Amino acid sequence: MRLQASTPIRETRRHFFGKAATGVGSLALSQLLGRDAGLAATGPQGAGGLPALPHHEPKAKRVIWLFQSGGPSQLETFDPKPGLAKLRGQDLPESVRKGQRLTTMTASQTSFPLVESAFGFQRHGDSGAWLSELLPHTAAIADDICIVRSMHTDAINHDPAVTFLQTGAQIAGRPSFGSWLSYGLGSESSNLPSFVVMVTQGTGGQPLYDRLWGSGFLPTRYQGVKFRSVGDPVLYLSDPAGFTRGQRRSFLDALGRLNRMQYEEYGDPEIVTRIAQYEMAFRMQRSVPELTDLSGEPDPVFELYGEDARKPGTYAYNCLLARRLAERGVRFIQLYHRGWDQHGAMTSGIRRQAEATDRASAALVRDLKQRGMLDDTLVVWGGEFGRTVYCQGTLTESEYGRDHHPRCFSIWMAGGGIRGGQTYGSTDEFSYNITENPVDVHDLHATMLHLLGVDHTKLTFKFQGRRFRLTDVHGNVVRPLLA
Amino acid sequence: MLRPVSHALSLLLAAASAAAAPKAPDPVDYNEDVRPILSDRCYSCHGPDAGQRQAGLRLDTQDGALARLASGGHAVVRGDPGESRLLLRVRSDDPAVRMPPAYMGHDPLGRAEIDTLRLWIEQGAEWDGHWSFAPPRRPSVPEAPNGEALGAIDALVLARLDEEGLAQSPSADRRTIARRAALDLTGLAPDPESVEEFVSDSAPGAYGRLLDRLLASPRYGEHMAGMWLDAARYADTNGYQTDGTRFMWRWRDWVIDAFNRNRPFDEFTIEQLAGDMLPDATREQVIASGFNRNHRTTAEGGSVNEEFRVEYVADRAETTATVWLGLTLACARCHDHKFDPLSQKEYYSFFGYFNNVQEKGMVWNFGNEDPVVRAPTPDQEQRLAELESELAAEESRWKAMQPRAAREQADWEAGLASSPAADWAPRRGLAAHASFDGDLRVPFMTGGSIDRSSAPEPVPPRTAEGRLGSAGVFDGTAYADLGRVGNYNYLDPFSVSAWIHPEGSGDGSIVASMGENPIGSGWGLFVRGGKLWWHQSQRWTDLSVRLETRRAVEPGRWQHVLLTYDGKRKARGIRVYMDGEEQEVDVLFDNLDWPSRSSATLKVGGGGGVDHRFKGRIDEVRVYGRELSPEEARSLASARKLAELAGVPAAERTSVQRDKLRMAFLDSGASPAVRDALRDVEEARRRHRSFLEDIPTVMVMREGPHRQAYVLERGRYDAHGEPVDAGLPAAVSGPGGPPARNRLELARWIASRSNPLTARVIVNRLWQMLFGTGIVKTVDDFGSQGEAPSNRELLDWLAVDFMDSGWDIKRLFKTVMLSATYRQSSKAGPELRERDPENRLLARGPRFRLAAASIRDQALAASGLLHERIGGPSVMPYQPHGLWEELSGIAYEAGSGADLYRRSLYTYWKRTVAPPSMMNFDASDREVCTVHVKRTNTPLQALNLMNDPAFVEAARNAAGLVLQAGLGGSAERIDLLFRRVLSRPPTESETEVLGALLAGLADEYGKNLDAAEALLGVGDSSWDGQGDPRELAAYAGVASALLNLDEAITKQ
Repeated sequence: MRLQASTPIRETRRHFFGKAATGVGSLALSQLLGRDAGLAATGPQGAGGLPALPHHEPKAKRVIWLFQSGGPSQLETFDPKPGLAKLRGQDLPESVRKGQRLTTMTASQTSFPLVESAFGFQRHGDSGAWLSELLPHTAAIADDICIVRSMHTDAINHDPAVTFLQTGAQIAGRPSFGSWLSYGLGSESSNLPSFVVMVTQGTGGQPLYDRLWGSGFLPTRYQGVKFRSVGDPVLYLSDPAGFTRGQRRSFLDALGRLNRMQYEEYGDPEIVTRIAQYEMAFRMQRSVPELTDLSGEPDPVFELYGEDARKPGTYAYNCLLARRLAERGVRFIQLYHRGWDQHGAMTSGIRRQAEATDRASAALVRDLKQRGMLDDTLVVWGGEFGRTVYCQGTLTESEYGRDHHPRCFSIWMAGGGIRGGQTYGSTDEFSYNITENPVDVHDLHATMLHLLGVDHTKLTFKFQGRRFRLTDVHGNVVRPLLA
Repeated sequence: MLRPVSHALSLLLAAASAAAAPKAPDPVDYNEDVRPILSDRCYSCHGPDAGQRQAGLRLDTQDGALARLASGGHAVVRGDPGESRLLLRVRSDDPAVRMPPAYMGHDPLGRAEIDTLRLWIEQGAEWDGHWSFAPPRRPSVPEAPNGEALGAIDALVLARLDEEGLAQSPSADRRTIARRAALDLTGLAPDPESVEEFVSDSAPGAYGRLLDRLLASPRYGEHMAGMWLDAARYADTNGYQTDGTRFMWRWRDWVIDAFNRNRPFDEFTIEQLAGDMLPDATREQVIASGFNRNHRTTAEGGSVNEEFRVEYVADRAETTATVWLGLTLACARCHDHKFDPLSQKEYYSFFGYFNNVQEKGMVWNFGNEDPVVRAPTPDQEQRLAELESELAAEESRWKAMQPRAAREQADWEAGLASSPAADWAPRRGLAAHASFDGDLRVPFMTGGSIDRSSAPEPVPPRTAEGRLGSAGVFDGTAYADLGRVGNYNYLDPFSVSAWIHPEGSGDGSIVASMGENPIGSGWGLFVRGGKLWWHQSQRWTDLSVRLETRRAVEPGRWQHVLLTYDGKRKARGIRVYMDGEEQEVDVLFDNLDWPSRSSATLKVGGGGGVDHRFKGRIDEVRVYGRELSPEEARSLASARKLAELAGVPAAERTSVQRDKLRMAFLDSGASPAVRDALRDVEEARRRHRSFLEDIPTVMVMREGPHRQAYVLERGRYDAHGEPVDAGLPAAVSGPGGPPARNRLELARWIASRSNPLTARVIVNRLWQMLFGTGIVKTVDDFGSQGEAPSNRELLDWLAVDFMDSGWDIKRLFKTVMLSATYRQSSKAGPELRERDPENRLLARGPRFRLAAASIRDQALAASGLLHERIGGPSVMPYQPHGLWEELSGIAYEAGSGADLYRRSLYTYWKRTVAPPSMMNFDASDREVCTVHVKRTNTPLQALNLMNDPAFVEAARNAAGLVLQAGLGGSAERIDLLFRRVLSRPPTESETEVLGALLAGLADEYGKNLDAAEALLGVGDSSWDGQGDPRELAAYAGVASALLNLDEAITKQ
């Protein structure tokens, strides 16, 4: 037998038990969330990460990813193409499309009429960044953000595309970005999970899937914990009706005593871990409600984020909660906002999404900045792909639609070591093909990891005989994006 | 053969103590010691992948390692480390020279690894094939050190322990064994009575009888199926994007039944991989082949069919390789395997076995996608047989009635002359009829636009002489609006009939349930390009059916057109008639996979575009909410009155005329006796048909025409490389074996003794179920990157014994579980835990947390809530409100009654939002094949067990059971609770702790009835009659504490 080098180091019974008996309350949640068969916590912070990490001095300590699900149109937001107005209704030249595949929603269209943005663009900030009138609040932070117009992806449908953005592969089974981070870097929070997910409610749009924050082949403990706006913020957080906190305390005391007797008899350190996990659960029952209680936030905060931020389940509320999570050391905060899939009725549809997200996205950046947290918080805004320059369905006077477009799309990033006030990459006059500085999904991941102090080629996990990475065998750090 | 020396211990110690540096083993064993280093550290550039091979050097073959290097010298020179370049390179301090290269981010080899390579070369660099690719042989079983008679398993384990200087632990006590065995074989703790029965059974063979009882329990098949469903990536939804529903539970029930009947594993294998291809395959064998339809499928609009079809085939190939062969075949999809002798070409040869299913890629989002079979349950089979015999009886009654009917019809026809105006058309299901006769109420409209920016306006109706009475006249701008009728959806059967007299080219809308967008949703019958043309659509470009007749429409004359649709979303369910004659059609598009209902009004002469309005006359438009029969369809194509038709001599009548007269007679001219017989036979047909429609289907494998497989460059679905035939990888098929040319032959090879892997792989996974870790820890990788077996002789003995027994799983379990190895106590002191934390050497019994399903199931069982029905459609127990809605907008509707208390195996599994209490406890998400086991220990699990209503309710019901047991004091009640949950009585101190908890709770609930009732109100089951609410609540708290114990969720 050749035991793998990863054979965990076991602590002795006394060591283990001593810790449980004296210091359970002081153990970091990450250690406990993280504890599976015998993997001991490492490092003085108890971060539970890998010993070799970070590989270099990180610029960003945490990430807030504002995922705009559905594929926001770059043509209506960050990638102005004023020349299109003249070409309205003309067919997309084949010399531009070059036979590249389309979705089957539009592949059999008899024509591909070009259509210009219904929304005007202006330059903003010292950097003179172009943003559309849909995003006035984002425009006001133009000098803090770095717009990337040259993102591209391999996938042409939502499911594979979102999965690719969040896990580095189009097919299911790989760990999500946040899981890789929790695995590699552990947590800075002593009483909250290191990876939290929140979803805007009531917008409709494309479905999301647990796998987007799943841990794939990594241990389950690294998966994202969904904070919900209905019922318990964390599943099963509340004690049952008719059961008081005092009763829970006596319950846990009895449970702990019984478990300890069992440990005395069997000597299995898993039992000690279990005792500690129950204590941590007890603490979470207090720390999570405290987190989601916004009553202590002063009015100016709601002036910044908008009154919507008082309503659980809104994007604005989730942005505010994201800041509170960031303050408490949560490493990876993933927001999803659905509804950016404008196959038809572009003008009304995209306006609705912009109105729901623009103010709060910008507020989050401002808020982090005024609290001095933007420097070490990486904020990412973007969706899974862009949209076609040609109209999907019937082009009418008042409306148009756009199909999925993987060959270019726009995102922005701010803080955490990103050089703001720049627009990176460019596309052709149709916003169809990238003409300069392409950035693929693996590049984005490599760059984000780099900012977090991680060499993307070295964060690996061996599964089925192979050392997997978030970036597979691809990805380059996009240096010009860095401050 | 025993291995000469083991080096595991030194590594164990090395791992346990940071101070001691690992040492190289001596002597060195190639397979044990050398190959893992070469594979892990060298193969990615110097291994089987020809495309990535650097400097022409390959170290995975003997010839390659000994060959002369391009740069001169040899990588390996037997007996001469100093001349072996391999050693020089791995030892070098020069980063430019050192292998594996620093510039590629690789760490240098460790001291022990280098020493191992050096010793190996010194000792002659012996080579050996990879262990798992050589067929297993039954090893000779060593005698026990003390001469005691031992089973082979114990002898092999003991021999190994002896090398390590370790001894086995004593046997666990009987209660522990009873609980361990029951959890292992049924996934449920034993009930207290059967534990006591076993404890007090002093006759010899008591334990064997216990095992027999457990193996005979129907709960065994359910438990085993749970393991198999993870491997088979079984679920109730499709998995991608909208994640629509599917129905594979008949396949799941086949698995349960197969385990319960102890089907030999070779047959079990063949039927699941190729049951559909067996000669004279039974329905059950075809159902079994559903194994490889359990993969995820997409219904996302816009998906490229071939991209996903290739993904499905790849999933089948990779899953099959993982489940039966323990091979990481997926690694060879884009390039040659980097570690194992599997070329990319061999990947696609294996892929070829699964490539011939007739499927397109995109699937239906609301049920099973072809190929499917109807799969009645045994009850349904019986009912079906009854219905069939009823139907046969009615048919023969009806047949016997024919002479009388013919006589009556002749009489009736003779009488028709007296009513020359009488006419007839089918009436049943008629939803709309525009005759354009008499007082015309149908409004005519003109104008309108695609985007509804201009509304249509009324114009005076125009009529002229029609086919029957008058007809609507259409000038290419106006249409007749029949209002909101006929908004049929894609699963509604319906029929459309009209007389048309087109002018000009004839092109235009005849009847349409559509707005003015020519590519909008709804349905419409048109003349287009001179042909009769049908369109039914959700989205024109991809979710539609379109077809046209071969025969042209003839402008300038009256003709009858009719279309029937069976509501089954396929073009093959559409029949088109012109003048009563069924037409050949060209299917232009056939993908009506989405609801297509339009909210538009029903239009005659319009709909589907202002530019597409009809020119000419249209008469007698009829729309039926059902599929007309061919006879009915033909009967509508005659415009002649009944009396006129009756005047045509019988021999000269056309089929249209015959059918119209016959239908009219049966409807209005027949005697009550004839009509009753007709009604009875039609009802019997309807009953039979509707029962058939309700029978569950299951997706299965079915070979379509051969589809050529290709090497796909870089794994891309559309990058065809060289064509390949279906075939086995050479490394495992061995030389000279018969080729497996198709999926059935593949299945037979997989389940044969000539395959070195299957028996080892399955035996290893069954071992993992019992001991928590496989003998090969990497249960999904038996290749060179996988871990070598901790006891190869044991693995091979088990594999050969398994095959010799006729692949008998129950026998295997019994053999292993009878061993002293299995029965050891799992108590262990710190020294042993430190030496062997994962219990690979088996000096103690297994102790590990239960799987997610067992954790819930044993709580349901302990509380008496478990509903033991086997099989059937999946059920929806409690889950926190809004979990589905917040991600997808689809609501989860929890079931009620027994559905809440079925085993977790039957819980509806939505892949994209899997049941949370299962996922909290590390269940596989069922997105991809999973055979490895994850076990974590988290605070979310604590919250789940404490607060999930399922567990709170179970605690209260367990308390209720105990309070109803007629016991005297709290100690007796605590004792019974303990036995129900933990299968043993409590110790004195345990009773004391729980007694104190109980006293505190009783005191508080005694003073607060509302709180007690609030707690008891958790869950759907009633607490009425379970006891005094204050006392019940206090005991519920105690029961909850027991269900939360580490011991309760652990097998030990």
